[in-house]
Amino acid sequence: MTAHENTAVAVALDVEALRKDFPALDQQVHGKPLAYLDSAASAQTPRAVVEAIESFYYNDRANVHRGVHELSQRATARYEDARLTAQRFINAASDQEVIWVRGATEGINLVAASWGRANVGEGDEVVISALEHHSNIVPWQMLCDERGAKLQVIPMNERGELIIEEFEKLLNDRTKLVAVNHVSNALGTINPVERIIEKAHAVGALVLLDGAQAAPHIAVDVRALDCDFYVFSGHKVFGPTGIGILFGKQALLEAMPPYQGGGDMILTVSFEKTVYNELPYKFEAGTPNIADAIGLGAALDYLTAVGLDRIAAYEANLLAYAADKVGSIDGVRLIGTAREKASVLSFEIEGVHPHDAGTILDRAGVAIRAGHHCAQPVMDFFGVPATVRASLAFYNTREEIDRLAEAVVQAKELFG
Amino acid sequence: MSDLRDLYQELIVDHSKSPRNFRAITDANREADGYNPLCGDKLRLYLKINDEGVIEDAAFKGSGCAISTASASMMTAMLKGQTKQQAENLFETFHTLVTRPLDDQAHAGIGLGKMAVFAGVNEYPARVKCATLPWHTLKNALADTHEAAKTE
Repeated sequence: MTAHENTAVAVALDVEALRKDFPALDQQVHGKPLAYLDSAASAQTPRAVVEAIESFYYNDRANVHRGVHELSQRATARYEDARLTAQRFINAASDQEVIWVRGATEGINLVAASWGRANVGEGDEVVISALEHHSNIVPWQMLCDERGAKLQVIPMNERGELIIEEFEKLLNDRTKLVAVNHVSNALGTINPVERIIEKAHAVGALVLLDGAQAAPHIAVDVRALDCDFYVFSGHKVFGPTGIGILFGKQALLEAMPPYQGGGDMILTVSFEKTVYNELPYKFEAGTPNIADAIGLGAALDYLTAVGLDRIAAYEANLLAYAADKVGSIDGVRLIGTAREKASVLSFEIEGVHPHDAGTILDRAGVAIRAGHHCAQPVMDFFGVPATVRASLAFYNTREEIDRLAEAVVQAKELFG
Repeated sequence: MSDLRDLYQELIVDHSKSPRNFRAITDANREADGYNPLCGDKLRLYLKINDEGVIEDAAFKGSGCAISTASASMMTAMLKGQTKQQAENLFETFHTLVTRPLDDQAHAGIGLGKMAVFAGVNEYPARVKCATLPWHTLKNALADTHEAAKTE
């Protein structure tokens, strides 16, 4: 179901009440109330997440999977409860399919290093897309360089949509993996991942979805999607930095060699032979980021309680308002006008470099990102060095969009 | 708007919109690149230095924000007729102007002429790298290092 179809059935969010859960939103910047429109870079954190981490440090802090003492038992229980929350959040079949990683980037690197080295050989092909973040380009370039494999790129059209007919032409019996983002970070395009997965599976290729920009905005169901790997980052779903999730189908993860060696990922070690631990611990060497895993669990609980369908409906409405409001300013060109979009409004202002716009908007209390958004090939495609990117979350309001539009007009006047 | 005008002074806006010396020098004897990969600002600086060590011509090409473009434009205008030593001194003076705390600005910018309008950058720490990129590129050109300058 798309966000638009949801609009009719969703109950409106009480945004003013929800904003009170995010203390950082309630502050002045350069003497103006903050309008935080940079959640695609990093979202703000609700009190519930900070409290979950605080209570771990104040009450339950100990190592996991080790001690028989009470605190270690409690720490382990909270850490594994958070994994169950993550499993439910993406509807994975088992908690053994949920691996804690540092973020989407580490998740992709884990798959490239472990599954990739074992399965991609000379002459094989890996398919990515023209919309990818650098983190879903570089690990595959490194793998292809090392293995003598070929990297193929799905092209996009002027709206910033992937051209599926061209994608189908790239698929063949040497295609081992298709790695694409679920939602583009630079443009906000929602990719037709169901079709991509179906076509890729038809030639025997696996599919990894980079869900960093999707997880905060769209309900993710890895079983309905039938994707083979799915990654996302905690700090973009209102959780802590430095923690994220790799989902992989159990049979794939079981066949994959470990990514890093160390404690926790082993059953027995002698100098002759090591027996690796079972899933998911095989991929979690060393003392993990316990506190932030617990914090991410709290963030996912929070997001589920607000309701992703309601979030998607609210944001679709707000994004349409923003596209209209900002897009109708004389001299503004929207970059990325896909028919299916989430959260992101990328644009350029005639006569105003994005970095100058970033400074001018900041002085108006409006936080946006100016730059290439770690997606230089996307910038090259549209012939711009950078864009101004406003990105929305459910805590943003129309009033904040109005202030963004006012500041854009101000920037134009300054250089007029 | 008023405090933004401390940064985006008329002169800076004017130079950013119509940069002076925005061309290549075909018989340049010093060239250097400046590139800030994170923000994408990019320039190539050309110098023609005569046997007496005097900069006869200075020009640049590239793309960047208003601050870096205006800085390169005004810098190249200022360099003509200066000796290498004088140009190096200007680098130090400019650097001090944009990085020194505002309450310690009493004598900063003396000798920079119109370029003293960049004093406002001081209040925008995130933009110091933009203003100084052309100057670090100048430093590399004078030292003939053949290394791209970077200030981020």
